[in-house]
Amino acid sequence: MNTEQETIIRVENLTVAYDETVIIDNISFEVHRGEVFIILGGSGCGKSTLLKQMIGLYAPAAGRILIDGDDIVSAEGSDRLRILRKIGVMYQSGALFGSMTLFENVRLPLEEFTNLNSSAMDLIVLMKLKQVGLKGFENHMPSELSGGMQKRAAIARAMVLDPRILFLDEPSAGLDPITSAELDQLIISLARNLRITFVIVTHELPSIYSIADRVIMLDKRVKKIVADGRPQDLRDKSDNQWVRQFFKREVALNGS
Amino acid sequence: MVEATAVLNTVADKDGVLTIRIKGRLDSTSTGDIWQGAIEALERASSKKVVVDTSEIDYCDGAGISLLVEIQRRQKKRGSELEISGLHDEYRKLLDSFDPLEFEEYHPEKSRKTSLTEEVGRATFSVWDNIRSQIAFLGELVAALFLAARNPKVVRWKDAFLIAETAGVNAFPIVALISFLIGLIMAFQAAIPMSQFGAEIFVADLIALSTLRELGPLMTAIVMAGRTSSAFAAELGTMKVNEEMDALTTMGLDPVRFLVVTRVIATLFMMPLLTIFSNLLGIMGGSVVLLSMGYPLSAYVDRIILSADYVDLLGGLLKSLAFGLIVAGIGCSHGLRTRTGASAVGDSTTKAVVSGIIMIIVTDGIFSVVYFYIGI
Ligand SMILES: Nc1ncnc2c1ncn2[C@@H]1O[C@H](COP(=O)(O)OP(=O)(O)OP(=O)(O)O)[C@@H](O)[C@H]1O
Ligand SMILES: [Mg+2]
Repeated sequence: MNTEQETIIRVENLTVAYDETVIIDNISFEVHRGEVFIILGGSGCGKSTLLKQMIGLYAPAAGRILIDGDDIVSAEGSDRLRILRKIGVMYQSGALFGSMTLFENVRLPLEEFTNLNSSAMDLIVLMKLKQVGLKGFENHMPSELSGGMQKRAAIARAMVLDPRILFLDEPSAGLDPITSAELDQLIISLARNLRITFVIVTHELPSIYSIADRVIMLDKRVKKIVADGRPQDLRDKSDNQWVRQFFKREVALNGS
Repeated sequence: MVEATAVLNTVADKDGVLTIRIKGRLDSTSTGDIWQGAIEALERASSKKVVVDTSEIDYCDGAGISLLVEIQRRQKKRGSELEISGLHDEYRKLLDSFDPLEFEEYHPEKSRKTSLTEEVGRATFSVWDNIRSQIAFLGELVAALFLAARNPKVVRWKDAFLIAETAGVNAFPIVALISFLIGLIMAFQAAIPMSQFGAEIFVADLIALSTLRELGPLMTAIVMAGRTSSAFAAELGTMKVNEEMDALTTMGLDPVRFLVVTRVIATLFMMPLLTIFSNLLGIMGGSVVLLSMGYPLSAYVDRIILSADYVDLLGGLLKSLAFGLIVAGIGCSHGLRTRTGASAVGDSTTKAVVSGIIMIIVTDGIFSVVYFYIGI
């Protein structure tokens, strides 16, 4: 890929805890611009938690998170808004606003943050919906969409302002293989053509092989990153047996 | 950081070609600045051919691509030629992934105009539908209650106790405050005209009868409709929205038995207690006025014992049982009928409180008529 690797997200000595329970214990890593960065790990190991930390929703127990060099946790007011404009987030549950149609959901950030005229906004919304394969469902309410459709709608909403970093929590869970592959294509195209950075939580191994530039794996037992690299390398060369098993979908023999 | 700007130049060429030059950074913040200008330039163009020179665009994201799509769309519709020159390969790939003619202007679904007759018809039908489902629910509820009475083991008593605490015990302070103040205010208002006849002491009769027969049960019921009926509707509504209700049903657990019966029993149990308490506080409120007018407490109490008897008290308590059934039943039935979506829970809560209060007043009226005829 790129030779010059510009750091866009830097996580320094991050420790995350819910009350007294430590979920993630002192991890550090960097994400580079234009990279498709995958967070992997067993269910309940703290992937969503890590993602929510990276977007500054909660203050970490210790450590810092820098987005483009700015500390997202301590930033306030207009500084914080400036950082937030750089990121778009899709939550695991979609989190569409139930009282608005699909179209209004996606249009909302444009209305709030840009000076585009109304028909320009409409066009942008339709184009985003087209990209996630939801054109024709503009007037549906979120409750009238299937789970996978809600996810894709949430992706459209996350990327409507063309943020430089997109955080996606299990974007392809609940999608059929074809739709999931289309989503992969979209991610690759945005990363390669617009140099958008993706931080994605996913379990879909096929999709990981086709989109990932880099993968980190969290292990619930040690609460740390146990692997970091390209997925093919981790599958074939990792010295951690659990990591190799994960990629080969083998049943863990040593109990997990 | 460099300030992100987009610049638009239009150069009208002599040979019937309009050149539009776009420079700088085209992102969701800056594209808005030139969008209108670009479209106007296109509209004004008399030339057959339009060239959009994009070679000096530093950065272009989805918003910028949309502008190019919009230009393509307009030119195609007019049937004139368009050339987008100098676009970076990456952006070109994105642009080519869209078919401009696919994006006709967006029209939100228009709410269909309905005639007055249709409106009236729909409204009538929905009232009828509402009544029908309330009656069906009442039937189910009574059946479930009978089952519970025949076999008390099926009732989840632990849940019922918890609900009795949150819905009943925790309502004591507000019931107390409101009843006391209403008693006080009523006594005060009545004492002024009565004192013109030197009949202040009869305020005690008024307070005793109106509190025991009407205000105690009624005020308690209205407080409970606002406090508990809404809570039931919101709880059950949220469960419905989260598909918890479906989960219960597929586990073979009847939501009415599992959730509603406990709530109804708890409310039925707490309502008379709250009402007795409300009666007491209302009478105490009235006493404050008479005491301040110089009557001894014993005179007030004597008048009350003389004027009201057990029938008044029991009549009020019987009503309070009916009100309890309404409060819990209507709250739960609206909760169970919650549709999907976030606003649905709010809808159910509103409906539960409004129809609860209406039903309470109507029932109160019916009781008054019945009591009148049987001479209570
Ligand atoms: N609000 C919370 N309060 C307390 N503990 C929580 C909270 N949210 C999550 N946890 C705990 O944190 C751990 C990690 O949860 P998280 O949602 O991050 O898992 P995950 O890796 O995203 O799992 P999945 O793949 O199933 O989505 C879990 O053990 C969970 O019990
Ligand atoms: Mg998760």
